[in-house]
Amino acid sequence: MESPDKTERQPCAENGEMVIEVKGLKKKIGSQVILDGVDLSIRRGETMVIIGQSGEGKSVLLKHLVGLMTPDEGSIKIDGEEIVGVPERRMSAIRKKIGVLFQDGALFDSMTVAENVAFPLQESGIKKRQELLERVTHALSLMGLEAHMAKMPINISGGMRKRAALARAIITQPECILYDEPTSGLDPVVSDSIDRLILRMQKELCVTSIVVTHDMRSVQHVADRVAYLKKGKIYFLGTPEELRNSTDQVVQNFIQGVSENGNGSNSGVSNGVGLTPVSPQPN
Amino acid sequence: MLKLLQTTGQTASVGLSYLGQLASLLRDLVCSPFIGKVRCHLIGRQIVSIGFGSQLVVIVTGAFTGAVFAAQSYFKFNDFGIESAVGAVVSIAMCRELGPVLTALMVSGRVGASMAAEIGTMKVTEQIDALRVMGVHPVDYLVLPRAVGLLFSMPLLVAESIGFGILASRIMCVHGFHIPEAWYSHHVRAHTDLYDISIGMIKGFVFAGLIVLVSCHQGLTASNGAVGVGKGTTSAVVIASLAVLIFNFFLSLLLNQLSPLGSG
Ligand SMILES: Nc1ncnc2c1ncn2[C@@H]1O[C@H](COP(=O)(O)OP(=O)(O)OP(=O)(O)O)[C@@H](O)[C@H]1O
Ligand SMILES: [Mg+2]
Repeated sequence: MESPDKTERQPCAENGEMVIEVKGLKKKIGSQVILDGVDLSIRRGETMVIIGQSGEGKSVLLKHLVGLMTPDEGSIKIDGEEIVGVPERRMSAIRKKIGVLFQDGALFDSMTVAENVAFPLQESGIKKRQELLERVTHALSLMGLEAHMAKMPINISGGMRKRAALARAIITQPECILYDEPTSGLDPVVSDSIDRLILRMQKELCVTSIVVTHDMRSVQHVADRVAYLKKGKIYFLGTPEELRNSTDQVVQNFIQGVSENGNGSNSGVSNGVGLTPVSPQPN
Repeated sequence: MLKLLQTTGQTASVGLSYLGQLASLLRDLVCSPFIGKVRCHLIGRQIVSIGFGSQLVVIVTGAFTGAVFAAQSYFKFNDFGIESAVGAVVSIAMCRELGPVLTALMVSGRVGASMAAEIGTMKVTEQIDALRVMGVHPVDYLVLPRAVGLLFSMPLLVAESIGFGILASRIMCVHGFHIPEAWYSHHVRAHTDLYDISIGMIKGFVFAGLIVLVSCHQGLTASNGAVGVGKGTTSAVVIASLAVLIFNFFLSLLLNQLSPLGSG
C-alpha cells in the first residue's frame, strides 16, 4: 500500500480542486423517490462521510457516482468529466480510478479470497505471479486475513468478507475510494484499524474517500466533512465539529440516535443498523 | 374490447422490448471480441465444462433416440417389407432433425439453466456491479467465454449425438431385428452424406447462439434475489427450448431449399 511508486499524486496539496461534482441528482425507482436533487462536491484528497437513516438512499447515491445506476435527472462529473449517459465501455477508463467497497462485499463467490483480491490487479495487466502474490499477501495481511487466503468467500465470516472486499477495493491504489459501510458488522478494534487505514491512505496517497457509515465514532475519526442525507437531499453539510455542535433538532436526534416517533415514514428504523448513539462530546 | 386491445398492445410491446434487449445483447456480444478483452483461459474453461460436461447427456440422448426410432420404424416398415430402409430413415432423421434438436433441448436444460443461474446469482449479489466497477464489461467476462464455448462445442456435440444415434440403430437393426449388416450399411451410406451431417452441425451452431443469448440475458436481468434467479432460470430453459423448436422449423425449410431432401 505504502509504496507511492506512481506518484504524480503528491501528498495532498490543499488545492481545493473538485474531483466529484454532483448536481441536482434525482432518482426514482418505481414510484419511490429516492434521490430528490442531491448536490455534493468533493475535493481531491478529502474524506467525505455520508450519513443518513437506513433506506435513505446512501448506497443508491454511491452507485450513481460510479455509473452503476443512471439518474433520472442531474449531472455527475468526475475529474471534470460528465459520466451520466456515458456508454458502458467508455466508463471503464473512469472507473479504473475508483475503488468501491460494496455494502455486502460483493466478493466473487467462485474464487478464493486471494483470487478475489488479485482480480483487479490481473485486470490492470499485472501477470507476474510473484508480484501478484506479494501484493495480495500484503493487502490481506493489512486486513489480518493472510491465514485465510485460500478459503472461499462463503466459508469466512461476515466481517472477514467485508475486510477481504476492502482489500480488493484498495489493492490497485485508486485515486478515489467509495466505502459503503466499511465498519458495519466489525468489532471495535478492527473498526478502528479500518478507520486508521482510511486516514493513512488519505495522508500517504492523497486518496479521495467517500465513506457511508452509521458509526458515529468513525465519523468523528475520519471525516473531513460530513453530509447528512435525508428525504433525498443533503440536509446538512459541514465538518464533524459543526455536526456535533449543530443546533438543528433533526441532526441532533440523528447523531444521538433518538427516533423521531411517529414522524415520517421511517420512524422506528432509525436505530436499526449498528447505529451507535454518541453522546455529544463538549469540547 | 378496449381492454383486449390494451392487453394485446401490452403483450406486443413486452415482446418487442424483449427482442430488442436480446438484439442489443447480441450486438454487445459480437462487438466484444473486437473492442473488448478476450480471456482465453475462461473460454477454455467453458469449453471443458460445456463440451466435456455434456458428453454423457448427449450420448444417452442420441443413442436411445436412435434406438427407439429404429425400433418404431422397423415395426411399421416390416409391414411393407422395406425394413432395410430403416437405416436410411434413422440416419437422415438423426442428422437433419433429431440430433440437433434433441441435443439443443438437453443442452438448454443443462447448460442454459446453469448459465442463467450463475449469472443471475452474480447479478443479485452485486458481483456483476463489482465487475463493472473494476472496469470489466460483463459481456466480455461472462457472456463471451460462454458463447464461444458453446458455439464451439455444440456442433461437435450434435455430431456425437448423431453418431451414437446411428450406431444404436445399427445395433438394434443388426442384432435385434437381424437385418443383414451389409444392407443396413449400404442404405445408410447411400442416403446420408456429409451434407446431412453438416446440416445438423449448422443447426447446432445456430441453436447454441440462441441458448447463450436467451440464458445469459435472463441471468443479466435477474432481480429479486433467489426467487428471481429461479424464475430467470426457468424462463431461460423454457424460452430457449421453444426458440430452438421454432427456429428449427424455419431453418429446416431454409436448408431444404438449399439442398432438397432426395436430391442431395
Ligand atoms: N434496485 C432497487 N429496486 C427498488 N428499490 C430500491 C433498489 N435499490 C434501492 N431501492 C430502494 O431505495 C431506497 C434506498 O436504498 P439504499 O440501499 O440506498 O439505502 P441506504 O441508505 O444505503 O440504507 P442502509 O443504511 O440500510 O444501507 C430503499 O428504500 C430501497 O428500497
Ligand atoms: Mg446502504
